[in-house]
Amino acid sequence: MAQASVVEAQVKEAAQRDRGSGLAARRARIAFLFCLPLILLVVALVIYPAFYSLYLATLNKSMTRFVGLGNFAFLFRRETFWMVVEQSIIFAVSAVIFKALIGFVLAHLLHALPPRGQRAWRGLLLVPWVIPPAMSTLVWWWMYEPSYSALNWLLMGIGFAPVPWLGDPYWARFSVILVNVWYGAPFFMIMYLAALKSVPAELYESAEIDGANAWQKLVYVTLPMLRNIIAITVLFSLIVTFANFDIVRILTAGGPRDMTHVFATYAFKLGIESNDIPLGACVSLFMFPILAVAAVFILRDVHRRSREIAGVSG
Amino acid sequence: MSRADAAAAPYRVGRPRRWALWAAYGCLALFCVFFLAPPLYALVTSLKTSQEIAALEGNPWFVREPTLANYAALLGSPVFLQFFWNSTRVAVIVVSVTMIISTLAAFSLARMRFFGSTALATGVFLTYLIPETLLFIPKFQIFTWLRDLTGIEFINRWWLLCIVYPTLTVPFCTWILIGYFSSIPKELDEAAIVDGASYLQILFKVFLPVALPGLIAATIFAFTVCWAQFLYPLAFTTSLDQLVLPVGIVTNLIKGDVFNWGQIMAGALLTAAPPVLLYAFLMDYYIAGLTAGATKG
Repeated sequence: MAQASVVEAQVKEAAQRDRGSGLAARRARIAFLFCLPLILLVVALVIYPAFYSLYLATLNKSMTRFVGLGNFAFLFRRETFWMVVEQSIIFAVSAVIFKALIGFVLAHLLHALPPRGQRAWRGLLLVPWVIPPAMSTLVWWWMYEPSYSALNWLLMGIGFAPVPWLGDPYWARFSVILVNVWYGAPFFMIMYLAALKSVPAELYESAEIDGANAWQKLVYVTLPMLRNIIAITVLFSLIVTFANFDIVRILTAGGPRDMTHVFATYAFKLGIESNDIPLGACVSLFMFPILAVAAVFILRDVHRRSREIAGVSG
Repeated sequence: MSRADAAAAPYRVGRPRRWALWAAYGCLALFCVFFLAPPLYALVTSLKTSQEIAALEGNPWFVREPTLANYAALLGSPVFLQFFWNSTRVAVIVVSVTMIISTLAAFSLARMRFFGSTALATGVFLTYLIPETLLFIPKFQIFTWLRDLTGIEFINRWWLLCIVYPTLTVPFCTWILIGYFSSIPKELDEAAIVDGASYLQILFKVFLPVALPGLIAATIFAFTVCWAQFLYPLAFTTSLDQLVLPVGIVTNLIKGDVFNWGQIMAGALLTAAPPVLLYAFLMDYYIAGLTAGATKG
C-alpha cells in the first residue's frame, strides 16, 4: 500500500514536471515510442493469453458451451489430478532444496580456492547449466536405460543390486528429481559465488579476531549477508521448477502409472495430446498461486530497484 | 575482483588451512565427476558402433572401436540438416528482434521517463516470471483461431516460433540492459544532448559502445534460450521440415522399438555444441548475464 502511493506520487510528480515544458513532453513521447514494441509484445503474447486461458478453462471440451467451474470440479474428482498436485510439490520443493544446498556448498568450496584456480573449476562445474536441458535429459534417459544402463553397471561394480530407475514409480520420481538437481545446482553455485565475493573480507577478519570458528562465521556472517540472494534464487528456482516440462516429458512422459506427472506435462497431455484444450488450460492455471506468492515477494525488491533506475532522488 | 581476492588471500591460506584446501579440491573433483559424467557418457556412446552398444559385455563407459560413423550419418542426413537450419534461422531472427526491442525499451526505461514507466519496468520483470508452460495452451488456441480468421496457417510453421520465442527472451534481456544502461554516467548523455544529438544518436553513439558487455551478455542469453526451447516447438510443430533441433532429435530419432543410441547421443552433442562453444569462449559474459538479473535486485 505504502509503496503504491509512493509510486503514484512519483508518477504524478513526473507528469507535472513533463507538463511544464514542451521539451519534456516530446521526450516522454519518444520514450513511449521506444517502449511500444515491448508493450505490444507483452500485451499480445503474455497478458492476453494469460487471461484467455482463464476464459478457456470455463468451456467444455469442444469449446462450444460455457461450463463455469465444471472443469475444475471434474479435475478435483480425479485421483490422477491429486497425484499431479502431490508430485509437483514433491518435485519442486525437494529439487530446489537440493539445488540450493549443493550450490551453496560448491560456492563455498570454490571461494576457498586461490583465485587463479577458480576459473577453470567454475567453468567445468557450470557445464550442466549450459547444455540444452532437453538434450541432457536424453543422455540421462540413456544412462537410466534398464538393459544397457551405465548407472546400474557402476552400482553392480560396487556390489549393489541394479535399480529400476524409470520402471518403478518411486524410483522414477527420484530419477526426475536427480536430473533436475544435476541441471540446476550450477546456477545456484554461480549466484552464491558472486554473492560470497561481495561479502567484505573485514567481516570475516573481525569475526576471527573475536574467536569465531568456521561454523559461527557461516551462521553469523555468511548467512545474514547472503539472506537476500538466497531468498531470491530459491523463489526464482521454485517458479521455474514448478513449471518444469522438459525433464519429466522426456524421461517418463508422466509414467509409470501417471506418478511422475507435474502440472506442465499433465496439461500438455490433456490439452495438446488428448485435444481437450479447456481441461489443459485448467491444469496449467494451477501454476498461478505459486507465481502470485512469488510475485508479491519479488515486487517488494523490484520496486526499490526500479526507483533507483528511474533516477528518483530520495 | 581478483585484486580483492589477493588482498584477502593471506588470511585464507594459512598453514592449518592447507588440509582444508585439499579437501575442497577433493570435493570439487567429486562434483565434477557427477556433473560431467552425462556429457562424457554421451560422447563415449556417440563414438560406438551399434554392435558395440548392443553387446552387453564389458565396461559401457569405454569405447573399444571408436568410429565417427554416427556423426557422419547425421551430418549427411538431409532431415538432420533441416533441423539445424530451422534452429539457426529461428535463433538468428529471434535474437535480432529481441535485441532491437530490448535495447530501445531499456534505453527508454533507464534514461527517459513517461507516464507509467516505473510500473512498466516492474511489469517487464514480472512477465519474465510467467513460465511458458502456463501460456502454451491458450497460445495454441489463439493461433488456431487466427487461422480461422485470416486463412493463414500458423500451427506447424517454423516461423511461428519466431513470434512466440521473444516472450521468453525480451523481458530478461530488457531487464539486464536496464541495469547496464543506468550504470552509465548521466554526464555522458547530457554532454551529447548539449552537442545537439538526437535520442537515437545518443543510443547508438554513446550507450551501445559503452554497454557492449551488457549487449553481448543479453545476446548470449537470448541465443541460449531459443536454441534450447523445447515446449513450444513440441506443441506447435509436427512436420519433419518444420522441426527445430531439440524436438527433432527427441521425436524423430526416437521412433519404434529400436533406438539408435549412437546417433541419438551424437545428435544431442551436436545440438549442445553451439551454446557450449559460445560459453567456452565467452564465459565471463555468460556469467555476467546470468548473475545480473538477481544480484542487482
